[in-house]
Amino acid sequence: MDEKALQLRFQEQIDAEIKIEPKDWMPDAYRKTLIRQMSQHAHSEIVGMLPEGNWVTRAPTLKRKAILLAKIQDEAGHGLYLYSATETLGISRDEMIQALHSGKAKYSSVFNYPTLSWADIGAIGWLVDGAAIMNQVALMRTSYGPYSRAMIRICKEESFHQRQGFDILYTLCQGSEEQKAMAQDAFNRWWWPSIMMFGPHDAESTHSSQSTKWKIKRKSNDELRQDFVDATVQQAEVLGLTIPDPDLKWNEERKHYDFGAINWEEFWTVVKGNGPCNRERIAARQKAYDDGEWVRDAAAAYAKKHTHAYPSTSTS
Amino acid sequence: MLFKYLLQLADNQLILSQRLSELCGHGPALEQDIAITNISLDLIGQARLLFQYATKHDDQKRNEDQLALVRPENEYRNVLLVEQPNVDFAHVIVRQYFYDEFNFLNYSALVNSKDEELAAIATKSLMEVKYHLRFSRNWMLRLGDGTAISNQKMQDAIDDLWAYPGELFEMTADEQVLAKAGVAVDVSTLQENWKEAVLATLQEATLAIPEGTWHQTGGKKGIHSEYMGHILAEMQFLQRAYPNQTW
Repeated sequence: MDEKALQLRFQEQIDAEIKIEPKDWMPDAYRKTLIRQMSQHAHSEIVGMLPEGNWVTRAPTLKRKAILLAKIQDEAGHGLYLYSATETLGISRDEMIQALHSGKAKYSSVFNYPTLSWADIGAIGWLVDGAAIMNQVALMRTSYGPYSRAMIRICKEESFHQRQGFDILYTLCQGSEEQKAMAQDAFNRWWWPSIMMFGPHDAESTHSSQSTKWKIKRKSNDELRQDFVDATVQQAEVLGLTIPDPDLKWNEERKHYDFGAINWEEFWTVVKGNGPCNRERIAARQKAYDDGEWVRDAAAAYAKKHTHAYPSTSTS
Repeated sequence: MLFKYLLQLADNQLILSQRLSELCGHGPALEQDIAITNISLDLIGQARLLFQYATKHDDQKRNEDQLALVRPENEYRNVLLVEQPNVDFAHVIVRQYFYDEFNFLNYSALVNSKDEELAAIATKSLMEVKYHLRFSRNWMLRLGDGTAISNQKMQDAIDDLWAYPGELFEMTADEQVLAKAGVAVDVSTLQENWKEAVLATLQEATLAIPEGTWHQTGGKKGIHSEYMGHILAEMQFLQRAYPNQTW
């Protein structure tokens, strides 16, 4: 079959909602787009462990510490799962990690903001995971099979993450004046970065139209953003927190909340590497990788020396 | 007396868990990051069972978080081994392995405690500790018998930490009374088995057995290393800065 016929059959498969699987023929650009998006997604999970890890040793109670550890562990698991799904497209985990460290691959910019108080852990769960879920729920129907299946699995855990974030803030909002102030302060700092997580407006989004045609993307940036704002405003009311946007108001005609202008200058500043923590995040990942090199080498050497990779054990 | 014994058991799990949780997001590979976090999580769970049980025997009626996160340093009864820092992955593994071999023997004996609740906690925890031991022992072998570099790093870690396991087998006066009553484990009887297992592992891992026979002590009496104050400063921060609040 010639290239054109393959292209045609591929698009028919997409239009008929039949998932594309690793061994199916696919256009190079489709493969590249997926590698870019899926590895970026995997990197976001891994880099996203860092701002939360910043509070794991200072969690206020044993129960909160256990929940936070479990949550961060979930994220590591999501990263692992997404790296594996991306490897089905013919790229290795090592290559993806190199691209992250060199700055060639991106990750969600929201993780370049610092976690300054315990309430930030609540805000990340509620807002950042909440925004991620909007995106990921739409991606459960994405056209590439391994990505779609990864999303279905990941979404189940993410909704638990969002609830635990909300629960942290709810507890703070029922607490002392200091705790309420802590919650409001975190909300003030995380609201706009969360709104920005959906990316540029549809008119300015470079990858959107082709991705929509290929059904990699099932909802536009602005649609997802609106869904998120509508859902979150009501939850903020339950918490008793004030949305840090004087222009936010219900629009009866649209049946949606209107909200103020997004500071795109800040968005692009952070995307381009000049957010508050970009350098620290990549430095932390690079350090873990470099420090781990002798460990990975030793494990490989051991596996080579011994016929099977797992050492004998006296305890099981 | 039982109260103090429970705290002693819980503190070891708590402080080791705290040390491991510092590594969350910084492991040598994603798989080990997950494994270390998982062990940290198990240890918090074990500590919580013990603290929750201890609250029933506390004259001051403190809750588990007040016990775990608000006591002064010299009331913590963990051994010095578990507060040693995460110098590198070799130190993390050696510390873990030394402790896991002990934890395994200790819980294996504690399942026979005449205190039913304690025996039940031990039974539940033992299942997890078996997995921890398998993990740390396998990494002892991989890193000891891996490359020349990994072998050297492991040897350095063993030499650094060799002075600490001895304290695990010391008996406090309270432990002696409780052991006689069949409630606590006589840890002094575990030392030979521990040594035998550890020496076998070191040999299989092509690592040398250090010559030193002396050991550091103090943790079980509340006299800790300089590391402990920093661990607690971090761990207790919110409870100290905002006392008596709900989180």
